[in-house]
Amino acid sequence: MELLDVSLVNWSRAQFALTAMYHWIFVPLTLGVGIVMAIMETIYYKTGKEEWKKATKFWMTLFGINFAMGVATGIILEFQFGTNWSNYSWFVGDIFGAPLAIEGMLAFFLEATFISVMFFGWKKVSKGFHLASTWLVMLGATFSALWILVANAWMQYPIGMEFNPTLSRNEMVDFWAILLSPVAINKFLHTIYSGWVLGALFVVGVSSWYIIKKRELDFALRSIKIGAIFGVIASVLIIVTGDGSAYHVAQRQPMKLAAMEGLYNGKTGANIVAMGILNPEKKYDNAVDPFIVKMDVPIPKLLSLLGYRDGDAFVPGVKDIIEGYTLSDGTVVPSFAEKQASGTLAIESLKSYQAAEAEKNDSLKAIHKATLDENFKNFGYGYLEKPEDLIPNIPLVFYSFHIMVALGMLFLAIFVVVWFMHWKKKLENAKWLLWGSLFTIPLGYLATQLGWVVAEVGRQPWAIQDVLPVQAAVSSVSTGSVQITFFLFLVLFTALLIAEIRIMVKQIQKGPEDH
Amino acid sequence: MTTYVFLQHYWWFLISLLGGLLTFLMFVQGGQSMLFSLSKTEDEKRLLVNVLGRKWEYTFTTLVTFGGAFFASFPLFYSTSFGGAYWVWIIILFAFTIQAFSYEFQSKPGNVYGKTTYRSLLFINGLLGTFLIGVAVATFFTGSDFTVGKGNITNIISPVISRWGSGWHGLEALLDMRNLFLGLAVFFLARSQANLYFINRLKHEVLEARSHKYLLYNAIPFVLFFVAFVASIILSEGFAVNEEGTVFMEKYKYFHNLIEMPVIGVLFLLGVLAVLYGIIASLLKKTFKKGIWFSGVGTVVTVTMLFLISGYNNTAFYPSTADLQSSLTIFNASSSEFTLKAMSWASILVPIVVIYIFIAGVLWRKKRTDIEDINDDSHAY
Repeated sequence: MELLDVSLVNWSRAQFALTAMYHWIFVPLTLGVGIVMAIMETIYYKTGKEEWKKATKFWMTLFGINFAMGVATGIILEFQFGTNWSNYSWFVGDIFGAPLAIEGMLAFFLEATFISVMFFGWKKVSKGFHLASTWLVMLGATFSALWILVANAWMQYPIGMEFNPTLSRNEMVDFWAILLSPVAINKFLHTIYSGWVLGALFVVGVSSWYIIKKRELDFALRSIKIGAIFGVIASVLIIVTGDGSAYHVAQRQPMKLAAMEGLYNGKTGANIVAMGILNPEKKYDNAVDPFIVKMDVPIPKLLSLLGYRDGDAFVPGVKDIIEGYTLSDGTVVPSFAEKQASGTLAIESLKSYQAAEAEKNDSLKAIHKATLDENFKNFGYGYLEKPEDLIPNIPLVFYSFHIMVALGMLFLAIFVVVWFMHWKKKLENAKWLLWGSLFTIPLGYLATQLGWVVAEVGRQPWAIQDVLPVQAAVSSVSTGSVQITFFLFLVLFTALLIAEIRIMVKQIQKGPEDH
Repeated sequence: MTTYVFLQHYWWFLISLLGGLLTFLMFVQGGQSMLFSLSKTEDEKRLLVNVLGRKWEYTFTTLVTFGGAFFASFPLFYSTSFGGAYWVWIIILFAFTIQAFSYEFQSKPGNVYGKTTYRSLLFINGLLGTFLIGVAVATFFTGSDFTVGKGNITNIISPVISRWGSGWHGLEALLDMRNLFLGLAVFFLARSQANLYFINRLKHEVLEARSHKYLLYNAIPFVLFFVAFVASIILSEGFAVNEEGTVFMEKYKYFHNLIEMPVIGVLFLLGVLAVLYGIIASLLKKTFKKGIWFSGVGTVVTVTMLFLISGYNNTAFYPSTADLQSSLTIFNASSSEFTLKAMSWASILVPIVVIYIFIAGVLWRKKRTDIEDINDDSHAY
């Protein structure tokens, strides 16, 4: 009997993370810059001013370079569910596959069709048709993000499904519950807005470079104005949806919230950590202080308030989640040991159910089915061995979350200041601000990557929250095969990233005049 | 026929249709595989790259949709084949990944690796993408080395449901001549279709003349390998399923399917005739430019019918040679009735997609392309 190999699980995770992170280098920029170029083309359509067309075409070229890379990395992501996570693909394919299929049928074809008109149709179609094509490309891109994020949100908050014990899989019973899940809606919006913020940072940063170099001033000032206004709007929206994200995490993934805040011992009226250094000696079951240095946000009870909409609410820490706790509303949440026992019982009941089915013993089936149904909510815990299996990498999640939030605030400040200085017509002389804007571009990439680290590392060990841990989701391939493909993709993506950055830099140096 | 059974047939039809469309659209890959032979000068190469580059997204999107639709409608295939025939699918994925950026990057200043590198990647995509997809599809008729045990999920230390027998993880399919026949047939068909596409789209005397010559060179091996594949499967045993769902070997099963489903049999033949007509008419009459339409429609119909033969009429569409009863059928591998129904509602929008593809992709580009058009286009590759 082939046993599950921990290194296979880790390498499979590494490969998926590698592909997802590379994919997410390119996609948010297309989502953000795409909207900026569509707004500029709309102004061109309304005013007929060639300057706006020039600006549109410049940003469109950069969009195209990114788009190709997003497509290249995206196809691997889709098929990796099958190649590396085959058990997952069967166990929840009935639910997870549908959004992917709809994404392909409706969103990708919209993009593929109109991107051709957008790039090659400037002299061949009317201005109106071209503008419509540009917006349809962006609609397609945003629509495709919707479906894949619905699928991701479902993994974090599985609803609208029932387990079929005969087939050993979960089946969809409520499409609208999955599509309109509050977690899905919030995740979609938060992710899209993060792309908008990155796009705005990119436009403002690149335009700042032109102003520093005293080149293309008219183009740069036009672009920077659109970029800054767009950035302020996107930043405000991302704060609103960020609050929504934290609320949903508190409600549905308390371990992730505890990791985000480095909270080991739960408390009522909990504060939010503004910044801190975690103590590497801290374990969930020792008395060591979790922090070497810590400073709270000077608004008391903020974590309880944001997480539970109640300043006096109890926020569970890592230790509470493992040992069990009672929420402020009186809900008793069982300990890890209890959930593990319940999960094991669910798995055993499934086994007995299938045996009874093979023997055509309906009464026995009904008994096991009832036990399975009662314990299915803890099914995944049956695969876990010890309490530590339930704890994600806390330092990685904690630092990622806090750096992301700090950067988000910085970006909002930069957009506001740039907008103000532009309005006051003092931007050209504010060299410090221009250089600052330029060097903020890589920070934008960092922030958006960290957001995904929080979301995905923070939910470990779960592939599907509480239902399927990653070690029960992998394919039966050798670790060596996954290692080879990991390095194959690493080399390919890195080589491409180098080429992409160099092409982008060359295009920016070339400037909009030559387009 | 119950609603569920109807939906299982409906989704197998859609998968088949997507397979047919993908095979047709792989003329892009066929054209890429001739970048270094059909075109001699830089202008000629650039012209080929640009006329193919206007279509690559359709092929790519169809492949992604084919994968997504397969996942959603027959998830057991997705988990069994992709997780098992790991290396075949990874190489196919790799071959398509290197295509996606090669068009966009090749003529951009600062692309680091040079134009020839990106064109070589397109060549590799053309070579491997077509051949390996053909080989993978051939296993729908010849079988693969896997077992499926849905009860494995209750084994905590080893819960994987689908397991592959061969350590080659799919590459062992290359040892079966029948798989190679279809792989080579798809490869040469893609090249033949590319020549027909060039004849239709290009306004370039030299390339048009050369495309006619290359059409002949590629159509002959295509026909030979296709006939060899079809003959080998209809004359051999096939994987049949009885009413209880038990899989068994039936002599001439695929031939029986052609006869027992006369509409499919007739359409299959008509499709083949349309492909041949498109090729032969283009070869005989140099002024005939519409060969791609006949051949294209013929390809879609033929391949769709080939897929239907593999899954309809109580046939296991993804047979297991390791354990017959692990073979996948449209009944045991499909999603639930609810999911198939939900996706069927979404699929109603597909005709709208087809209409806007037609409007946006065809109507505004009626004129044939010459090098002046490319030079005049600021976004040309």
